[in-house]
Amino acid sequence: MTDLLEVKDLWVRFPTRRGIFDAVRGISFGLGRERLGIVGESGSGKSMTGRAILRLIRPPGQVEAAHIKLDGENLLDKSEAQMRKVRGERISMVMQDPKFSLNPVMTVGDQIMEAYRLHSRAGRAEARKRALEMLEAVMIRDPERVMRAYPHEMSGGMGQRIMIAMMLIPDPELLIADEPTSALDVSVQGQVLQIMDRLVKERGMGLIFISHDLNLVAQFCDRVLIMYSGRVVETCDAHRLHEATHPYTRGLLNSLPRLDAPRKRLEVLKRDPAWAEAPSVGPEA
Amino acid sequence: MSALKFENLNVWFGDGRDRVNAVRNASFEVQQGESFGLVGESGSGKSTIMRALTGLVPTWSGRMEVNGKPLGTKRDRAFYKTVQMVFQDPYASLHPRHSVDHVLSETLHLHGFRDIEKRIERLLEDVGLGPSFRFRYPHQLSGGQRQRVAIARALAPEPSILLLDEPTSALDVSVQAEILNLLTDLRDEHDLTFLMVSHDLAVVGHMCSRIAVMKDGEIVEVMSVEDMRALSPEHPYTQHLLKASLGYFRDEEEPGGEPLTGTA
Repeated sequence: MTDLLEVKDLWVRFPTRRGIFDAVRGISFGLGRERLGIVGESGSGKSMTGRAILRLIRPPGQVEAAHIKLDGENLLDKSEAQMRKVRGERISMVMQDPKFSLNPVMTVGDQIMEAYRLHSRAGRAEARKRALEMLEAVMIRDPERVMRAYPHEMSGGMGQRIMIAMMLIPDPELLIADEPTSALDVSVQGQVLQIMDRLVKERGMGLIFISHDLNLVAQFCDRVLIMYSGRVVETCDAHRLHEATHPYTRGLLNSLPRLDAPRKRLEVLKRDPAWAEAPSVGPEA
Repeated sequence: MSALKFENLNVWFGDGRDRVNAVRNASFEVQQGESFGLVGESGSGKSTIMRALTGLVPTWSGRMEVNGKPLGTKRDRAFYKTVQMVFQDPYASLHPRHSVDHVLSETLHLHGFRDIEKRIERLLEDVGLGPSFRFRYPHQLSGGQRQRVAIARALAPEPSILLLDEPTSALDVSVQAEILNLLTDLRDEHDLTFLMVSHDLAVVGHMCSRIAVMKDGEIVEVMSVEDMRALSPEHPYTQHLLKASLGYFRDEEEPGGEPLTGTA
């Protein structure tokens, strides 16, 4: 199976007053048409990895890699204009909070239609038809009304579904979802994930699912990368996450309170500086 | 005697046509030394109950009692010596230009303590921060350390009741474990009563012995943590909430949990 996305030796650096800070330190991974989870704590570099793939890291931040290949084409060789064709059309990204990623002064319909027309040169009527279909695909009732509404009239769950509709309408090959459900209530979370899961499967897309929620990733993804201070410390099949061996992964799993296994005290993660120093585990580890 | 008692509490926002009934006819009691949890989705009114209790929302009716004493419209100093609150977001609840020392000494001063020096040292020690943290500003602290400062500030007046509004939802799971352990220890040391709001059933299940489930401003069910763990709540909404929090399940479960391999 040829990989949809291949990342080799990716570094993300930010210059600071105290020297260079490495946010991502030499990670490599491949992705087929599957659901890959990236988990880690805040500051582990998981979001930076997602942004680096789309080349969304702005100066003074620097991205360096042997290559980031999408279908064999190195994204790092592309000009900014070529990159704009990749973003949205071939790789889309869903961010954490719909409140900050939707345009507040544009109706939902106009925003979705804009996303479609930017990449397809379709007429207004066709874009409108596609936008309505897409809203139905993300289970929005009364899409006609939602098309005319503004983002502030939407609930968080609806906003996130609209974001997903907007990101999927140009039919990308790869979707990067950065904490797509952490701003949502648990019951809405399930709905949004189900919709995303179905669409990704139906369209044969690849998915990178960035999250801090280990249980969610274990249940939702096929494969998981665990990141710690800019490195990948462990990769495993998602359904084997609970048998993970790295002490960091074990520590994270054990620090979660569990309904089915009550304890007087929660286990506290003891950090070992060696975790941050050890090299990243490679794609085939 | 119960530490907290709510009877037919109604809380609303706005007037006339715009009136929103955020809490409707809520009644429950929290015994002394007990930890009581309020769970529900955003907008269900769980935080509003706390805000009404602390006097942050003046538009309420019904009856609220603290240690047997009914509350009026105003809260006096004695109330704030008994009841203190820890807020959700430690990044927002600490003044960015006040040092830890300033935050704690101001609170102690307002409550009329004299031996402020000694008390600050004790408070910092209680929440697991060394004396070196005393003159730091919030931006020099991590999220977990900030929440520790917020807890120290809440403990400064030596309250007997602590209100916890999603105290760990802004934190990483490893830091969440540290803060929850700290709260458990402090509860034992200081004989505290907790009223805790959270959307995370596992967190509430870990901390509390009784749990009230809220939906659209109403308490639909009060259950013990054992009932919750046994997954035996009666109300369908509670069932739904429990199922959702136990995790996401795919529409069709693959046999043996085999991962879906790429079809390309």
